[in-house]
Amino acid sequence: MLDLTYEAPQPKTIAGATGDWELVIGLEVHAQVATKAKLFSGASTQFGAEPNSNVAFVDAGMPGMLPVINEGCVAQAVRTGLGLKAEINLWSAFDRKNYFYPDLPQGYQISQLYHPIVGEGEVLVDMAPGIARRVRIERIHLEQDAGKSIHDMDPHMSFVDLNRTGVALMEIVSRPDIRGPEEAAAYVGKLRQIMRYLGTCDGNMQNGNLRADVNVSVCRPGDYERYQETQDFSHLGTRCEIKNMNSMRFIQMAIDYEARRQIALLEDGKEVVQETRLYDPDKNETRSMRSKEEAHDYRYFPDPDLLPLEIEQAWVDDIAASLPELPDEKKARFVTEFGLSEYDAGVLTAEVANAAYFEKVAEGRDGKLAANWVINELFGRLKKEDHSIEDSPVSPEQLGKIVGLITKGDISGKIAKDLFEIIYTEGGDPEAIVEERGMKQVTDTGAIEAAVDEVIAANPAQVEKAQQNPKLAGWFVGQVMKATGGKANPAAVNKLVQEKLGL
Amino acid sequence: MSIDTETARRVAKLARIKVEEDALPALASEFSAILGFIEQLNEVDVEGVEPMTSVTPQRLKRREDVVTDGSQQAAVLKNAPDAREGFFAVPKVVE
Repeated sequence: MLDLTYEAPQPKTIAGATGDWELVIGLEVHAQVATKAKLFSGASTQFGAEPNSNVAFVDAGMPGMLPVINEGCVAQAVRTGLGLKAEINLWSAFDRKNYFYPDLPQGYQISQLYHPIVGEGEVLVDMAPGIARRVRIERIHLEQDAGKSIHDMDPHMSFVDLNRTGVALMEIVSRPDIRGPEEAAAYVGKLRQIMRYLGTCDGNMQNGNLRADVNVSVCRPGDYERYQETQDFSHLGTRCEIKNMNSMRFIQMAIDYEARRQIALLEDGKEVVQETRLYDPDKNETRSMRSKEEAHDYRYFPDPDLLPLEIEQAWVDDIAASLPELPDEKKARFVTEFGLSEYDAGVLTAEVANAAYFEKVAEGRDGKLAANWVINELFGRLKKEDHSIEDSPVSPEQLGKIVGLITKGDISGKIAKDLFEIIYTEGGDPEAIVEERGMKQVTDTGAIEAAVDEVIAANPAQVEKAQQNPKLAGWFVGQVMKATGGKANPAAVNKLVQEKLGL
Repeated sequence: MSIDTETARRVAKLARIKVEEDALPALASEFSAILGFIEQLNEVDVEGVEPMTSVTPQRLKRREDVVTDGSQQAAVLKNAPDAREGFFAVPKVVE
């Protein structure tokens, strides 16, 4: 694998009254598995359906109904594990996590506490060119999502929709390797990117298809290093878990608030109590979910309705063989193959569709020039008009031809922008349009020479000034470009002007 | 291992089963008897013995990722004590 070298970022420190504090963060990310049907039933996973219409009797917890596992969900979990360079457990098992809540009609969630399907892996979280955090993944397990309760439709009642009940989730558990709010958001962003590349989760945070529980603690500088050396948690502070956040911005704000709250307690001589907290974005604060404390006695036990899940290495190998090129590899390849900066390669590989578009533009052409055009002109324009790459009015073939015309010297960069505008608004074949509309750059020195002579002859006063002050030669270049309708090759004009003025 | 009435009360509450105060000591003693039996089982040496997960050798049955169920809102809501506009309606639960 092509690996870009990187250094670890500095941990975020917060200055307290008694000295500096550092943050230690671990995340549990819940990613909805991209499948048609639910984890243990044949009901649809489609978002936005009529309430309680995507519900099988087993999802509704009806007596006598038995769960039957969806092989597609298992394949997606394995695929995600492979994408995170994780160990795949050929033998895993399902357990019941018992608690009562109206949107959980079974009275338990089927999960994998003791034997998860995916073991240890890792993610490289890019912070800036050359700076990245390696975050260890502890495990990924498959579990059922709960339903949705709506509390604002009636003053005395909550309304429950079971459409999401039983949809498959992957819970991706990290080690406490994340050292600041920005890193936490970047980590979620990187998982999202990898899963979108793999096609295992659409990453739609607004719909709740990607949510995170964040564990935060604070410690003194040096404590974390002692933990890393020994893997002994007693070097770290007591953690609190902030539940169920579905926005990168809120994740950062909640961590920052929670760290400061803990520091204030500790500096006051008080203790941090290990508990579950909820982030309130309106007030920008976290508060204790005391009502959940008792529910924390989940009384896990192996689900007697489900045999252990045994999969074959050959099946895992087939999935491994079907993995696409992943973001880190793609980025490294763009740097080496096209000579791009790590930053540009990062922008182009953020979404797999963007990367594919760029590769078509760059194929057999100047990669750096292609990158500039895709990032600055195309992305800039699409963003302004709120278009996605999929509905770009300019195809990669068209943009590729524009880049090709520039490289060949047929059009100048300035004319290319006009041409891009024409293609963007009217469409058409760039090469044909350049011919038809006479946009071709004049490289014929004879014609350029004539134009230069004409401008010099018409402006004797300027000639004198320019000969005193060579910087003024640019004015002549501008005049010649104007006279030729921008079609003269600027480099050739510049050279001729210098010669003719005797500079 | 012996279960006290406090633990019995907690287990009943977690299971949402209403147990009257005066029934708790008897329940606790039944729990203790069951656990005593489990302790007895624990004396058996099972070192190197795979846990048995099925009486006959069989593999976990799987389904294909195809939508085969759902679209039965009325049936799903049929036994609900209260349902409105396609939702189950329950006493307000809010964090």
